Amino acid sequence: MDFDTFEPEKSSSTESLTIEAAIANLQGDDLGLRVYAAWWLGRFRVRETAAVSVLIQALKDEADRTEDGGYPLRRNAARALGKLGDQKAVPPLIQSLDCSDFYVREAAAQSLEMLGDPVCIPNLISLLKAGLQGEQLVSNQPDFSQPYDAILEALGTLGATIAVPLIQPFLDHPIERIQYAAARAMYQLTQDMIYGERLVQALTEQDLQLRRTALADLGAIGYLPAAEAIAQTLAENSLKLIALKGLLEHQIYMSPANELSEGAIRVMTLMDGLL
Amino acid sequence: MTADLAQTLIRAVEEADSSARLLEAVEQLSAARLEAAIPTLIAALGYNNPGAAVAAVEGLIQIGKPAVKPLMELLDGYNYGARAWAIRALAGIGDPRGLEMLLDAAKNDFAFSVRRAAARGLGTIVWEELPSEQVQPAQAQALDVLLQVSQDPEWVVRYAAVNGLEKLAIAVAISNTDWAMQILRHFDSQVASEDNLAIIARIWLAQKEIQEYVVEVLDTQTAQIVSAFDIDWQGTLEKLYARKRQEQPLPEGDPRKFHQVAAAIAKANA
Repeated sequence: MDFDTFEPEKSSSTESLTIEAAIANLQGDDLGLRVYAAWWLGRFRVRETAAVSVLIQALKDEADRTEDGGYPLRRNAARALGKLGDQKAVPPLIQSLDCSDFYVREAAAQSLEMLGDPVCIPNLISLLKAGLQGEQLVSNQPDFSQPYDAILEALGTLGATIAVPLIQPFLDHPIERIQYAAARAMYQLTQDMIYGERLVQALTEQDLQLRRTALADLGAIGYLPAAEAIAQTLAENSLKLIALKGLLEHQIYMSPANELSEGAIRVMTLMDGLL
Repeated sequence: MTADLAQTLIRAVEEADSSARLLEAVEQLSAARLEAAIPTLIAALGYNNPGAAVAAVEGLIQIGKPAVKPLMELLDGYNYGARAWAIRALAGIGDPRGLEMLLDAAKNDFAFSVRRAAARGLGTIVWEELPSEQVQPAQAQALDVLLQVSQDPEWVVRYAAVNGLEKLAIAVAISNTDWAMQILRHFDSQVASEDNLAIIARIWLAQKEIQEYVVEVLDTQTAQIVSAFDIDWQGTLEKLYARKRQEQPLPEGDPRKFHQVAAAIAKANA
């Protein structure tokens, strides 16, 4: 689960760096400052060309390694590039899908989803296939080899209808949040309510973490029939409000140009009750 | 007998050993609406159990006025999660004794969950409970703070400020028409600068609600006031859809989208 989706849009915290300093730090010798600068550029959505270029370079970083071979700077750079909305980052992020570090692959898939260019669909599909033998999940489950939830979510958002038969088996994955990601993608690709209802069902799970995940998924797909269930599930109001905001925005997109739908008003009324 | 009942229900909360039992015990204690339950219900706001907190807020609102002072006393220094729930309880009760606390929380609290609950609460104060000479100064303070809070960096706090301003405009529509019109002018200018679709939509709803109230409640004598309000919710809607057009991704089945996908797949297979 990417908890960045729960992050407020703008922060009240003071900006402790300048853009110039962040770009300079990213190319400097201090590894800690480099990792922080990459995060900072994404956090404050610094959309300048120079920032995008240094972040793309950082996707190839070899200096910063964890004990078990991870690439902390690459991870942060990949996450930041998704937030900056510059399409130049798409090809290098596609290359990052082959990185040996799981978390770099996960961040790359999430950022490619945000950038919204379907050119990466075949690459995402080939990662997804690592979990499949033909039309079925690989037999040794759970399979932690790929960030399946991020891949499934990206395929759904990018409108990869071609991937539906490959996504379907993940509805039975032993890890719930991967099932939810598959349900979310299936709903986006087929608009079949059965998948939306699968996520509504998840709002009654015992585990708070699973309910939170389902809230984020329902907000992402804007599934209106879930509105009341979202308002009532046992979770933080802040998270419910963000999920309902997703429903509201979806209603705005769906409404005819001269009015707001009944659904939009219904969602706002529920949001008011959660303030 | 009531005292016994209170003791039994309170003990059930204190002895609950799972989050499900705690939720159930708090729900039962809340439903009993007993003043003796106030400290226990306030404590339940801090258990980091959202279900129990919702039930406790509900119970405190039902108990009403007797809960105001203990809420204000215990609010200080609580963790911010509990503070947000306590502010929600105060807002639900609407007692003007909570005004100072809501003003301060809406403007200055570092936690956005607290600021948003306070902003909403500033709209739901029961003004009639104040001595008549204090009503206008208190409403002026609320108006001033809500206008500030509608610039908050957090979207959800701005959203709550719109809710608070709507309720305040309705409360002053007759007694102080100028302030209601000031709120409506503020909405117009906020729509012009606001980027968040959810907030523009909420402003549109607020404009509708205010107009509906004015039309329904005021009689024909005051029909002039209605036209003086001249609410531009159509303008808000146009702005909303102008913003929407900028953001809208290609819809499902859009041929351009299909071409992009086809090209991507062809390239990958080449």
